[in-house]
Amino acid sequence: MGLDIRLPIGSMFSIVGLLLVGFGLLGDKAIYQRALGINVNLWWGLVMFLFGIVMLFFGRRGMRDLKRDEADED
Amino acid sequence: MKLTIIDWTIMLVYFVFVLGIGFALKRHMKTSKDFFLSGRSLPAWITGLAFISANLGAQEVIGMGASGAKYGIATSHFYWIGAIPAMVFVGVFMMPFYYGSRARSVPEYLKLRFDEKTRGFNAISFAAMTIFSSGISLYAMGLLLGVLLGWDFTLSVMISAVIVLIYISLGGLTSAIYNEVLQFFLIVFGFAPLVVLALIDVGGWSGLVARLGGVATAQGYPAGAWTHSWKFMDSPAHNPMGVEWFGLAMGLGFVLSFGYWCTDFLVVQRAMAAKSMSAARRTPLIAAVPKMFFPVLVILPGMIAIALTHRAGATGFALPQKLDGTLNYDLAVPMMLGHYFPTGLLGVGLTALMASFMSGMAGNVTAFNTVWTYDIYQSYIKRGASDAHYLWMGRMATVFGIGVAVAAAYLVTRFNNIMDMLQLVFAFVNAPLFATFLLGMFWKRATGHGAFVGLLSGTFAAAIHHGVTLPHGGVAGIKGGWFAVTHIYPSEMAQNFWTAIFAWTTCFVVTIVVSLMTKARADSELAGLVYSLTERPKEDQLVWYKRPTALGAIVLGAALVLNIIFW
Repeated sequence: MGLDIRLPIGSMFSIVGLLLVGFGLLGDKAIYQRALGINVNLWWGLVMFLFGIVMLFFGRRGMRDLKRDEADED
Repeated sequence: MKLTIIDWTIMLVYFVFVLGIGFALKRHMKTSKDFFLSGRSLPAWITGLAFISANLGAQEVIGMGASGAKYGIATSHFYWIGAIPAMVFVGVFMMPFYYGSRARSVPEYLKLRFDEKTRGFNAISFAAMTIFSSGISLYAMGLLLGVLLGWDFTLSVMISAVIVLIYISLGGLTSAIYNEVLQFFLIVFGFAPLVVLALIDVGGWSGLVARLGGVATAQGYPAGAWTHSWKFMDSPAHNPMGVEWFGLAMGLGFVLSFGYWCTDFLVVQRAMAAKSMSAARRTPLIAAVPKMFFPVLVILPGMIAIALTHRAGATGFALPQKLDGTLNYDLAVPMMLGHYFPTGLLGVGLTALMASFMSGMAGNVTAFNTVWTYDIYQSYIKRGASDAHYLWMGRMATVFGIGVAVAAAYLVTRFNNIMDMLQLVFAFVNAPLFATFLLGMFWKRATGHGAFVGLLSGTFAAAIHHGVTLPHGGVAGIKGGWFAVTHIYPSEMAQNFWTAIFAWTTCFVVTIVVSLMTKARADSELAGLVYSLTERPKEDQLVWYKRPTALGAIVLGAALVLNIIFW
C-alpha cells in the first residue's frame, strides 16, 4: 500500500516521547505529587520515545522492501 | 481536569498523524477493491492489531472498567471465554470459507452459500446496526468529554465525526486499519502507566485482594468474589454478576461470543484485507494474544477504583457518586486518568481515550460503507455500473453513514429509550446468527430457505423469551416481561445469556428441519463454501509459528492457564 505504517507510528511516538521528556525535565516538579512523586512524564516519555525509535527503524527497513517490490513489479 | 499547552500539543500531534495517514494513502485508492478490501494486501500483524482495535471502542474501555468495579475479575470472562475460543475458531475453521470464497463481505458469503433473501436480511440489519453503534459511540464520547473537560457536546461530536470522515473517505479501509494500529499502540501506552500508578497506590496485588475482600463482604458476597473468576460461579447468589457457570459458558462463551467474533463483518472485514489465506487465518489468532492480556489494561483499573473507594490509598482516590447516591461506575477509568496523571501524561491518556472512540466508530463506518455499496446498492439499486462508480458510492456512503450516526447521537440525547430499544432489537437479530453460519459452513445439506426461516424464528424466539422474563428487581417494559412474566432471572446479564441460548437453539433446530424439507443444492455449487467440499488449506510449507493450527493451540493453552491462575 505504499506506506509502511510503522513509519508514522514511529514518528508520532518519538515526537510525543520527546515532548514528555522535555516537559518532565524542564517543567514544574510539584505536579508529580498526584503520581505518587514519580516524574512520570520523564520516564514514560523516555519509554515512548524508545518505542518510537524502534518502530522508525523497522519502518524504514519496511519502506525499502516496499520500494524494491514496487520496482520489481514495473 | 485542567489541560495545559503540553496536553493540547499532544492531542494536536495525534490528529495531524491520523489525518496525514489518510492523505498519504489517497493516491493508492484506485479501485473499489483498494477502498473496501485494502486490495487484499496487508500483512497479518497489521490486520491482527486492527482486528482487536476495531472492537476496542468506547464501550470496551469505559464499559469494561465499569464492570471491573461492579463485578471484579469475573469481567475477564468477556475475554478469556467470551472472545479467545471464538477468535481461534474463526481463524482456524471459518476463515478458509470467508477468504477462500472471495466473498467481499459477510452478507455476500451468505448470498453465495444460501440465497438472496438471507443475504438481504443480514445486510440490511447489519448496516442499520453499524450506523446506530457509531451514533452511540459519538454520543458517549460527547457526554464524557463534557463531564471531564467541560467541552461542548456539539463540538466534540462534530470534531471526531469530521476527522473520521476525512481519513476514511480519503484512504478507505486501509486508512481505517492503519489508524486502528496507531490507536492500538496509543491505547496501550496511554493506559499502561495508569495501571502501574494505581496498583502501587493500592498496595500491589495483595493490597488489592485484601481491599476487594472488604468490598465483597460489605455487599454480602464471599470475600473472594471480586478476585476469583470461576470459584463463585456455582450459584448466581454467590457472585455479583448474578450468573451461574452453565449460562455463562453457553450464553456468553458459546452463543454470544461466537456470534460476534465469527460473523460480525466489522471484525471479519479486517481479516479479509489480509494479503494471503494464511495471513487471513492468522489475523484473529494474532489478535487473540494482546486480547487475552487486555483485562490488565481495562478491567484492573476498575477493580482498583472500587477498592480505593472502599478504603482510600495514599492519594485518596474515590469513585464519584451519581445524584441518587449510587456510585458512578462509568466514570471509573476517566476519573482515574484525571486523578493520577499530571499534565503531559494526561494529554496522552485523554488522546488514548479519544482514539478508542474513533477506532470503534471507524470500524463501524468502514463495515457500513462496504455492506451498503456491495450488498445493498450494487445488489438492489444499481447493478453493473463501473468500478469507479462504486468507489464513488463508497465515499458517499461514508459521508451519509457518518451523517446518520451524528443524527442518531443527537436523537439519544433527546430520547434515551430509543437507543435501548434499538440495541435490544439488534441483540435479537444477532443472537441466532452463529447457528446459521455453523450449519452453512459445516453441513452441506443446509438450504437457503432453511437458513432464512431459521434466522427469522431465532430472532422471534429471542423477542418472545425477552418478553416473558424479567431480571430480578426489573419493571416490565424495556427490561423484558412486556408480554407476561413467567420467569425471573437473578440478573440482567443472566437474562441476556439465556435469551441468546434460546434464540440460537431455535435457529439451529428450525434451520435443520426446514432444510430437510426443502431441496438441497448440488455439491458442485457449494465447493469452497462448505467444509466437506473444500480442500483444506495446506500448512506444511509454513514455519511452525506461522501455522494457524499451531498458533490456535498455543493461544487456547495460554487462555486456559489464565483461567486457572485467576480461578
